[in-house]
Amino acid sequence: MARRTIKVDVLARVEGEGALRLVIDGNTLREAELQIFEPPRFFEAFLRGRSFMEAPDITARICGICPVAYQMSAVHAMEDALGIAISPPVRELRRLLYCGEWIESHVLHMYMLHAPDFLGYDGAVEMAKDHPDIVRTGLTIKKSGNEILRLLGGREIHPVNVRVGGFYRAPTKREFSALRDDLQRALDASLGTVRLVAGFEFPDCERDYELVSLGGAGEYPLNAGHVLSNKGLDIAPQEYDAHFEEYHVKRSNALHSRHTGGGAYLTGPLARYSLNSALLSPLAQQAAREAGLGPTCNNPFRSIVIRAVEVVYALEEALRIIDAYEPPDHPFTPAEPRAGIGYACTEAPRGMLYHRYQLDHDGSILDAKIVPPTSQNLPSIEDDLKTFAPLWLDQSDDRLRHRCEQAIRNHDPCISCATHFLKLDVQRI
Amino acid sequence: MSKPKLAVWKFASCDGCQLSLLDCEDELLAVAGAVDIAYFPEATRGVLRGPYDVSLVEGSVTTLHDAERLKDVRKRSRFLITIGACATAGGIQALRNFKDVRDFTNIVYARPDYIETLATSTPISAHVTVDYELRGCPIDKGQLLEVLTAYLNHRRPHIPSHSVCMECKARGTVCVLVRGTAACLGPVTHAGCGAICPAYNRGCYGCFGPKETPNAVSLRTALQAAGMDEGALQRVYRTFNATAESFLKESNSHGA
Repeated sequence: MARRTIKVDVLARVEGEGALRLVIDGNTLREAELQIFEPPRFFEAFLRGRSFMEAPDITARICGICPVAYQMSAVHAMEDALGIAISPPVRELRRLLYCGEWIESHVLHMYMLHAPDFLGYDGAVEMAKDHPDIVRTGLTIKKSGNEILRLLGGREIHPVNVRVGGFYRAPTKREFSALRDDLQRALDASLGTVRLVAGFEFPDCERDYELVSLGGAGEYPLNAGHVLSNKGLDIAPQEYDAHFEEYHVKRSNALHSRHTGGGAYLTGPLARYSLNSALLSPLAQQAAREAGLGPTCNNPFRSIVIRAVEVVYALEEALRIIDAYEPPDHPFTPAEPRAGIGYACTEAPRGMLYHRYQLDHDGSILDAKIVPPTSQNLPSIEDDLKTFAPLWLDQSDDRLRHRCEQAIRNHDPCISCATHFLKLDVQRI
Repeated sequence: MSKPKLAVWKFASCDGCQLSLLDCEDELLAVAGAVDIAYFPEATRGVLRGPYDVSLVEGSVTTLHDAERLKDVRKRSRFLITIGACATAGGIQALRNFKDVRDFTNIVYARPDYIETLATSTPISAHVTVDYELRGCPIDKGQLLEVLTAYLNHRRPHIPSHSVCMECKARGTVCVLVRGTAACLGPVTHAGCGAICPAYNRGCYGCFGPKETPNAVSLRTALQAAGMDEGALQRVYRTFNATAESFLKESNSHGA
């Protein structure tokens, strides 16, 4: 077969900069590699010497799409290091803030980044010309998530209200009540989203992943829980380093992760759902069933359906928290510095996010380790390509390229987090 | 008549400022109706050829490759507008400018020899002519819409350059410095956020960078009285706008 080289300068609709390279020899896929050239920003280095109180504001800047995830993992890890217990109302408010981010981030991904793949458009703006109602519905639901972030966080991107021990200010009951109608409307609309995305065409692509997610805390996981896997792992976040390791590959400014002694694993919606689907609300469970999901899911193309179900859940959860809300006596537990080491895992929209900090006696950071979900997922994304791309080799280069992009977008990779932007280079030898 | 072409470019950044455009839920489709979104990889695979009427540039320059790419963006853009603290002042990643970047690479990466990076993170204006700089970490989406509308209609943007204090007054927030509840950079910080932090019982931490003619020396006493020691004074100016001239100068006057 004649050798063919295809280059696409941009894999679009992901957050960050990177490239994909496929080498095809006749009917055999020789290589599938993700190259990450998002320039490194060295957060773990310049956190050294900063105060523990600055970590939530600084680490938020790792990612403009999921700053709350960074703030949550940072404050929980600091509280672990300082031996601080947060109050139950603060715990609920954090869950509410995280729901806001899940809604905003998931809807952005579903409607603006992922759905255009299934409906055959370059992007949401192009899609809006033929399907204005679909795009408008998405924007309405997304806005309801951002309203939570704006009220409780102060603003949508890089919220200012999160602090170690709690919040700087707890909003009033009245302020929250003002969100209620919009959230209720968004919840009704989100059930339509589940129906919409369940009707997309999914290739029959399943893999036997090791799925890793928080769980075991009696609730669908956001801020708390053990690190569980479908292969029997059950550890506390404090034990993370003993079970997972990061490694550095030449083509990538993002570190990759693997299960020590094992291999690639996957975090994110597939993992969260497969390990915790019984903990979803009855309405979300019903929506999942009607969308054709079983109790677990191993088809990454269906991750969009799980995101839609998680948005239903997050909206219900937000309404539940707002309805039960009584402002706490103290918006935060005061934090006194001391030497120590603290760990936390929380569930960012795209997967589990691990933080570890070592603090000096004055509360300054001696050492920081941050493992974003996309670093953990990169090896599995490459394995997806190695497994699925051979099934599509008989398709045209254009179609093959599009399928591979879609396979990457299934995992909503945030390359800015992991170090942005994919260039696809297909070589046929 | 064809519509003006809008392009959105990314350099070293968190994507938050370009996300601000997608966060304009009520206005996005109107914006998309007024311009051709010609290049915006975070939102679309579609690419229209330049030249571009307005380029929004996010992020700072941290690699040689990006320095070259930026020159090309400038050549293909009629108006180039930087969005956010990274593009305008080097961003949080400019903290490397105060250290040896090789140490940073060693701390983060197992194989530092795989990493190509410059010793400094520099704003866009250090490399090419910039037509307008929009401040903030992140930018305010209302201000983004104002700047876009202004350039598309060939008028000057109306973006006040006074301090955050004016926004506290407009909002009716009692001064946190006067109340003695928090150390606050509001008096030296560029307006635009709507004075969010003081409304949430905390001091401004300067994420919009310096206002026009700031007087950081005069603010010192108040910050010290609010409990900031030398280390804290240096750190607060060395965060998201560390290379902005007046913040840089003030941070160099302090240190543990």
